Amino acid sequence: MTVLDHRHPATVPGWLPGATAPRTDPAPLLPDSSPLRVLGTEAQTKTDPALLRELYRRLVVGRRYNQQATTLTKQGRLAVYPASTGQEACEVAAALALRPQDWLFPSYRDTLAVVSRGVDPLEALTLLRGSAHTGYDPKATRTAPLSTPLATQAPHAVGLAHAARLAGDQTVALAMLGDGGTSEGDFHEALNFAAVLNAPVVFLVQNNGYAISVPLTQQSAAPSLAHKAVGYGMPGRLVDGNDAAAMHAVLSEAVERARAGGGPTLIEALTYRIEAHTNADDATRYREEAEVTAWREHDPILLMERHLRPAGVLDDELVREAAEEAEALAARMRAEFHAEPELDPMSLFTHVYAEMTPQLREQSAQLAAELAAEAEVEAR
Amino acid sequence: MTTATALRTSTMAQALNLALKDEMRADPTVHVLGEDVGALGGVFRITDGLTAEFGEDRCLNTPLAEAGILGTAIGMAMYGLRPVVEMQFDAFAYPAMEQLVSHVAKMRNRTAGRLPLPITIRVPYGGGIGGVEHHSDSSEAYYASTPGLHVVTPATVEDAYGLLRASIASDDPVVFLEPKRLYWGKSEWDPSLAVPPIGKAALKRDGRSAVLITYGPSLPICLDAAEAAKAEGWDLAVLDLRTLVPFDEQTVCEVVRSIGRAVVVHEATGFGGPGAEIAARVTERCFHHLAAPVLRVTGFDIPFPPPMLEHHHLPGVDRILDAVARLQWEDGR
Repeated sequence: MTVLDHRHPATVPGWLPGATAPRTDPAPLLPDSSPLRVLGTEAQTKTDPALLRELYRRLVVGRRYNQQATTLTKQGRLAVYPASTGQEACEVAAALALRPQDWLFPSYRDTLAVVSRGVDPLEALTLLRGSAHTGYDPKATRTAPLSTPLATQAPHAVGLAHAARLAGDQTVALAMLGDGGTSEGDFHEALNFAAVLNAPVVFLVQNNGYAISVPLTQQSAAPSLAHKAVGYGMPGRLVDGNDAAAMHAVLSEAVERARAGGGPTLIEALTYRIEAHTNADDATRYREEAEVTAWREHDPILLMERHLRPAGVLDDELVREAAEEAEALAARMRAEFHAEPELDPMSLFTHVYAEMTPQLREQSAQLAAELAAEAEVEAR
Repeated sequence: MTTATALRTSTMAQALNLALKDEMRADPTVHVLGEDVGALGGVFRITDGLTAEFGEDRCLNTPLAEAGILGTAIGMAMYGLRPVVEMQFDAFAYPAMEQLVSHVAKMRNRTAGRLPLPITIRVPYGGGIGGVEHHSDSSEAYYASTPGLHVVTPATVEDAYGLLRASIASDDPVVFLEPKRLYWGKSEWDPSLAVPPIGKAALKRDGRSAVLITYGPSLPICLDAAEAAKAEGWDLAVLDLRTLVPFDEQTVCEVVRSIGRAVVVHEATGFGGPGAEIAARVTERCFHHLAAPVLRVTGFDIPFPPPMLEHHHLPGVDRILDAVARLQWEDGR
């Protein structure tokens, strides 16, 4: 008997229609027992080489982005940086699997997905720089603000996807979460709402093994996080999160299934956070170096080089082009982030309400007077 | 906004229902969602008939999960809808607090004005209906101390209609607190009258001796107290705030300055309650016009009591008159 066979007997008196009806969706709910891989498998030969090359290019640029942001943090140019180093395959595949009309709902670790979607790093990183909460226009970029409270962005993705579907638009929402986030109540509520509403939304959980210091074994007793999908009545998918081609395949399938009216999907990507949680964290207190070393051998860029070179998909020219693009991005980030941001103290009051309350007008005038007095002192 | 023009007699519950219908008729982006809001019409019947008239898509029965309801409404608002959320009871709204505080209240600010959230969150609140625990909370202080939210609470049938329409039309999120003990009070009113603006207090009774500053469920009690005070020789004014945020400081201070004595009355607990803020503000701004300290008559600083004891907790006419008696009549003007 599988999980799907376990249903209340239809003969129980009083059960309403629907309570015992079998699911008609052909997509199986249970995830496969081993994560999907494409690189180095038969599936790789059936994957568009142009897509593989694009994924490689984005991975290399993404790695350099992570390195540069980490360096900028050490130099005090960012207030904090939760790096996605080692997780770049998840980030760039997420960006690439979405169409322009789709919406991305990133968490605080997903600035690379935002940048890979086309948002300027300077705008994507204002939150972590400390200069503004959200530096990009969510509507223009179809990218929600980075969510710091865990899993709280997941119900937003559901609501937006639901509204888009009501409007008849072919828009899909992708919510990005971590393994720790799956323990939050909002994760449960979002998945349940999504399934009940049949909303065109995809939940991508990057299981990088740790919620800051807490390992997955202390986070969940589920056979896999993808198994959680079954309880909501949506398919769960398990994928090698460092295999960019597999990530793109699983995400694209889920996104297009949602777009076609097939409903939500939960994807668990198995990956690893090579860096500490943030620059303020000390990962040596809770994990062994040998574990990090092992995962470095399963690095997303290494994987591509290992499998795309022999297949003739990756050549020196692409390697050089990708490296040049990565260096150009890094140089631009250095130049832009070493300049002081332009800050307007009076902006504190402008976007609390559509119109300032009388109290805010008064407080705004107070700050303006303080600034004028400071300027006068400085002028002397 | 177009509505029926005839004078009508209805309860506050019916007026709220009409406001929802009129907004939904006027604006197809207005969507209602919540627990039991469909066929049942909500446990208080405020959404009665909405699904029948507008369909399940526009009046949506949701799973039983308040954070999910509000979080979903946020996403809907991000896509251009104007969601009206029903929280079933005051104390059942707490699971949605993180969505409310971290996202609803802050989204406009977090996005430099690019992503305003025109969401109305209706919350039946307050005691006086014999509800068992978790059904009678006055939760307004939590909302009022969260920047980014408007907090509106009507006390009359016509204000319930007009303020709910104004709240739904607002481009800012509004926590719309419905005094559930007033749901079934009937009065005659005119739906064609202009919708009152959010943030404007209303002088419900003029007087020269002292002003009772109140809102929501306590307004009728204050009006009763003012009536009873005549026997003591006091001529009490009654000011209905109608909106806690934005706070109509101008009207409140004008009234207090002209009268010189004030008592703030509400059901919510006194410590850190709205009355503390109002008394502090009035004292800071009207000190030289005051003949007595600003007093407060509030619920005690206790969890809401069992229904058979709630009348001891809730501000009543006698407690209000006792406070008026303490306004230093012999020392003042």
